[in-house]
Order: sequence, then structure tokens, then C-alpha cells
Amino acid sequence: MRLELVKRPEHSVLMAVLSPLIALILTVFFVGIVFAILGKDPFHALYVYFISPLTESWTLEELLVKASPLVMIGVGLAVCYTSNVWNIGAEGQFTAGALAGSILPVMFPEYANWTTLPLMLLMGAIGGALYAGIPAVLKTRFGANEILTSLMLVYVAQLFLDWLVRGHWRDPEGYNFPESRVFSDAASLGTFGDGNLHYGIALAVVAVIALAIVMSKTIKGFEIAVLGEAPRAGGFAGFSQKKMVIFAFMLSGALAGIAGIIEIAGPLTQLRPSISPGYGFTAIIVAFLGRLNPVGILLAGLLLALSFLGGEAAQADELLKISSKITNVIQGMLLFFVLACDTLILYRIRFVSGRAGAGSA
Amino acid sequence: MGMLEAVILTVITAATPLLLAAIGELVTERSGVLNLGVEGMMVMGAMAGFAGAYMSGSLIVGLALAIVAGVVMSLLFAFLTLTLVTNQVATGLSLTILGLGLSGILGEGFVSKPGIKMPKLEIPGLTDIPFIGPILFGQDALVYFSILLTVAVWWFLFKTRAGLVLRAVGDNHDSAHGLGYNVIRIRYLAVMFGGGCAGLGGAYLSLAYTPLWTDDMTAGRGWIALALVVFGTWMPGRVVVGAYLFGFMTILGFHAQALGYGIPSQFLSSLPYLATIVVLVLISMRKSLVSIHTPACIGKPFVPSH
Repeated sequence: MRLELVKRPEHSVLMAVLSPLIALILTVFFVGIVFAILGKDPFHALYVYFISPLTESWTLEELLVKASPLVMIGVGLAVCYTSNVWNIGAEGQFTAGALAGSILPVMFPEYANWTTLPLMLLMGAIGGALYAGIPAVLKTRFGANEILTSLMLVYVAQLFLDWLVRGHWRDPEGYNFPESRVFSDAASLGTFGDGNLHYGIALAVVAVIALAIVMSKTIKGFEIAVLGEAPRAGGFAGFSQKKMVIFAFMLSGALAGIAGIIEIAGPLTQLRPSISPGYGFTAIIVAFLGRLNPVGILLAGLLLALSFLGGEAAQADELLKISSKITNVIQGMLLFFVLACDTLILYRIRFVSGRAGAGSA
Repeated sequence: MGMLEAVILTVITAATPLLLAAIGELVTERSGVLNLGVEGMMVMGAMAGFAGAYMSGSLIVGLALAIVAGVVMSLLFAFLTLTLVTNQVATGLSLTILGLGLSGILGEGFVSKPGIKMPKLEIPGLTDIPFIGPILFGQDALVYFSILLTVAVWWFLFKTRAGLVLRAVGDNHDSAHGLGYNVIRIRYLAVMFGGGCAGLGGAYLSLAYTPLWTDDMTAGRGWIALALVVFGTWMPGRVVVGAYLFGFMTILGFHAQALGYGIPSQFLSSLPYLATIVVLVLISMRKSLVSIHTPACIGKPFVPSH
């Protein structure tokens, strides 16, 4: 028996709505199988992973805290992927934004007034945008593959952060711990609620609304879509593919940079050698699961934030005691299923028995 | 042992895993498929290789298991991108994420267990020659295998009919299909070859380079292997040069640190990544050189017409 794809006359609207749901159901099913293979009770494991983080108010707050960087980065990446620009180094731009935004509170701690936070956010955005500008310029000037260069810069940014917090930026009163000084109140977003809720979350929602308007209501949004789907037609319309590469990279870099400095000024309040559980990479999945649509990304961000919390819960659970790497497994699986189910939007799948019908193959 | 000799010996061990993974990916890409999941297949190979050798006490079992792990991972990728024609870039990324997670879960019990180190082969007489002896005649079997494999891949691609067909599929899948070749089947095989090689490259890390298993131990080498294919402009011989150049970059870091010039270790660790960027830029600037050898259909989906 073989699988055969038959092109649908037009996109299936039903499948476009159903496919993320089917992907989610398949993921939960196969994750259950993985747990069973590892010798854990799959029902208990699935409950701990997917349900228990939703049962208490502080974990629900934590869900929002973790979703906000994912959504913020995800909407930027959606612009990239829609225009067929492959930025996969958001994790590095997140780090670059965190570093640039921390210049004020770490090097000039006495500068503390109402302008401190806005300046930090601005510098975070600039840091992320400039760092994302590197692969963009290397692509447009020299034709260097942006997938590889943007990814390499992730490692470079992380090593640079490591060097700073162990060296020049280490807290002089920090007993030699590899951490920067703790930010003053003027340089922190401040938390409220039971856990780490902070006002930075609102910025993620602003980003979603802004991008939703840009993508659906403006010429720029049209240009992004055209250059992604039909670059030649875009060229005839006078749209420049090179300018789009720079635009998409710097926009997504700026958003990743803001997400980075919010993470530092919000939940962490200081720089550490490791500042992200992989937000920049997970945001790639968020962008695809959300159909590259800002509102879809908002929902996908919440779901993938749950995958981080579930990983922590599964690690802490008495009966499971499983490595938090299970989060990667689930995220990778989810993206696999999302991509596979997307095929159903464009194609109908037909099972062909034996070699019959393989006439021209 | 002299300093230079020590450097060369370590460069070879650092280059071999890169070469193995890159040569496999070269074949995959020559068939017109871009598999960005090399890192994920490599790290699964590293874990499976270590686990197999540790449990059975046999290196052969470890290496075989590593190849199987790489091939199984690559089949996942092939089913999605070739049968279900999903986006190759996104599918490759998810393969990497999945591989990093799965290897962490399955390898949890093997962290900080004592490893088995692949023995250096010694040829009495030849290995004892000063300087040249240990370098040319005192390596482990996989070092020789990686070079033989490169030659074999070159011979296959450019001297055999099957190789010609594979390149034709990568350059123009519609024509190849029109001539009656089964594009999908050929690509499946090329992707599986790439997976097996990546698995073996990963096993070299956990069985020869540093004989132990830790999470994420590939540390971006899969991505560097992908860059090496571009650097080598899809030509096996040039990929060898690139792999050894990168092996040298990695080792430069260690030795400069040992000599203590006061260069921060983080800067030295970032050398291979920075070098990758520089090298990609330099090679991409020579557009004619790249475009001649780039498989024309790379990354493009193919749905057979009936």
C-alpha cells in the first residue's frame, strides 16, 4: 500500500482550522505512548504534564509570563517566514537584546528615574535589531545562507553573555557568583500577583495587535505576503526582496530583543549565564503552530508555554521524575504533526494498494 | 611528543565527526533535499552509539546502533518532506529539536557512566616512525573510514551511473521523473544515507573524541557540518579540506587556552562559530563557484504527476 497526494482544487478551509487541533491530539496521543515506553503511567503523566499546570492560580500566572516572550518573538518570526526569510537565530537576538538593555542598569546603576525602563526597552530593541541585521546584511550583500549565519550567532551571543557575567559585569558584592548586580526598582518591571506577573506581558499583546493590523490592513503586509508567495511577481510590483530581508530580520530581531530585556527586567532582575529555556527556538514552533497569523500565535504561545511548565512539573513529580528534556520531545513532535497536518489543507491523501496506479512512477 | 604532532593528532579527531556528517549531508543535498536536522540525527547517534557500546561492551554494536538511530531519524524527515511534501526547512528544525530531546530522555541513564574509547590502530613498524607514524598510521578505524567514505562518495557521484541519476534528480526532478526515474525513492535513499553518516559522526564524538555521554554534546557540530557542505560547494574533496580547517579551529581554542595567553575561554570557544560565518561569506562572494555546483532543486518540493 502506498500513500498518494491528490491536489485539492482549492485550499480546504475546514482543514486550515482543524489541522492544529488534529496535530495537538496526535501529539498528546504519541506523548502518552512515549511515557508508556519509558515505563510511566501514561494517564498520570499526561495529567501532570498538560493539566496540573492549569490547576493553580500561580501556575496560570506563570503560564502568561512564559507565553509572553514566545508570542513576542513568534509574531516577529511570522513576518520572516511569511516573506520567505529564514531567521532561526531569535535565541541569539533575545540574548543580544537582554545585554544591550542591561547596559544602563549594570554600568550606570545610579541612573535611576522614570526614563530608565523605557530606555532599557529601546536599547533592547536596538540591540536585537542590530544583531539580527548581521545575517540580513551578509545575506543581501554576499548571499551567505541566513539560516546558518543566524544560528551560529546564537552560540556567539550566549558565549558573550557568559563572558560578561563571569567577568566585567559580575556583581562586585555578589560573592563571586556569575551574576550581574540586581537591578534597582527603577530598572525593574516589578511583579504582582502570586508569582512573577509583570507589565511586560501587555507589550506582547500590543505586538500581536500591531502585527495583526500591519499584516492584514497595510501595503507593507501585502508586500510581505507577495514576496513570500511569488517573489517574481513582487519584483514586478516594485517590491525589493533585499529590503524585505533586512526589514524582516530587523523587525523580528527588535521584538526578540525586547522580549530579552523584559525577561531580565521582569522575572530575573539580573543577568545570569543562562537567561532562557530556549524561547527563541520554541518561538519558531509557535509561529508555525499559529499558522503565521498573529492571533493564532497568541494561542500557540500559551500552548507552548504550557509545554515548559509541564516539563518542570514532570521533572518534579514524585512518580515521574523525568528529565525536562521531555519538553523538547513534545515540542519537536508537535511541530512534526503541525507540518504533516498542514499538508491536508493543500492535498487529499489517497491510499493506493500495491503498485497499481504507479503507472508513471 | 612534540607540540605540532599533538596539535595535528587532535585536529584529526576533531575533524572526523564533522567530515562524516557533512559527507552524508552532501549526498542528501545532491539529491535535491535540504535536511537541516543533522544536529538532531548526530546527537541521537552519539547517544545510541554510547548506549550500545556501554550495554554490550562492543564498539561494533555501538556504531551499528548509532547508524540505525541516524537512519530512523532521517526516515521521519523523509516521510514528512518527501511523502507529505512538508516544508524542508521547518521539518529539519523540528527533527533537531526532537533529536535533542529524545537523546536526553533515552540517554538519561548513561550520563557520567564510564565510556569505551575506540582504540588507535597500530601497524608495527610504521606507527613507530617519528612524527609521521602516529599521524598517518596510528589513528582509529573511523578516521580511515571517513577518508575512504569521502573517496567512495566522490567515485559514486561522478563515476557511476547511479551517481549521475542522483545528481540529475537533484538538478531537475521533473526531467528525471519524465525519464522514468523514481525521484521519491532515490531521495529516500539519499536522505537515509545522510542519516546514517550523521549517526556515525555523532558516535565518533561519544566513543572517540570524548568517550562519554552528556546532553547536547554535539554543541552545534551538526550545523557546522551543514555549513561545510556549502563551503565545499557540494564537492567531496573540498568538504574534507573544510572539515580539517574546522577541526583546527576547535583545537586552536584548546591549545591557546593551555598556553594561557589570557584570551577569554568564551572567545576561543566561539571561534568555530565565527569561522563558519566568515567562511560562508567568503565562499558565497564567489557566486560562480557556488552556483555551478549547487543542486538546482535543493529544498524544492516534488509531487509526482500521474
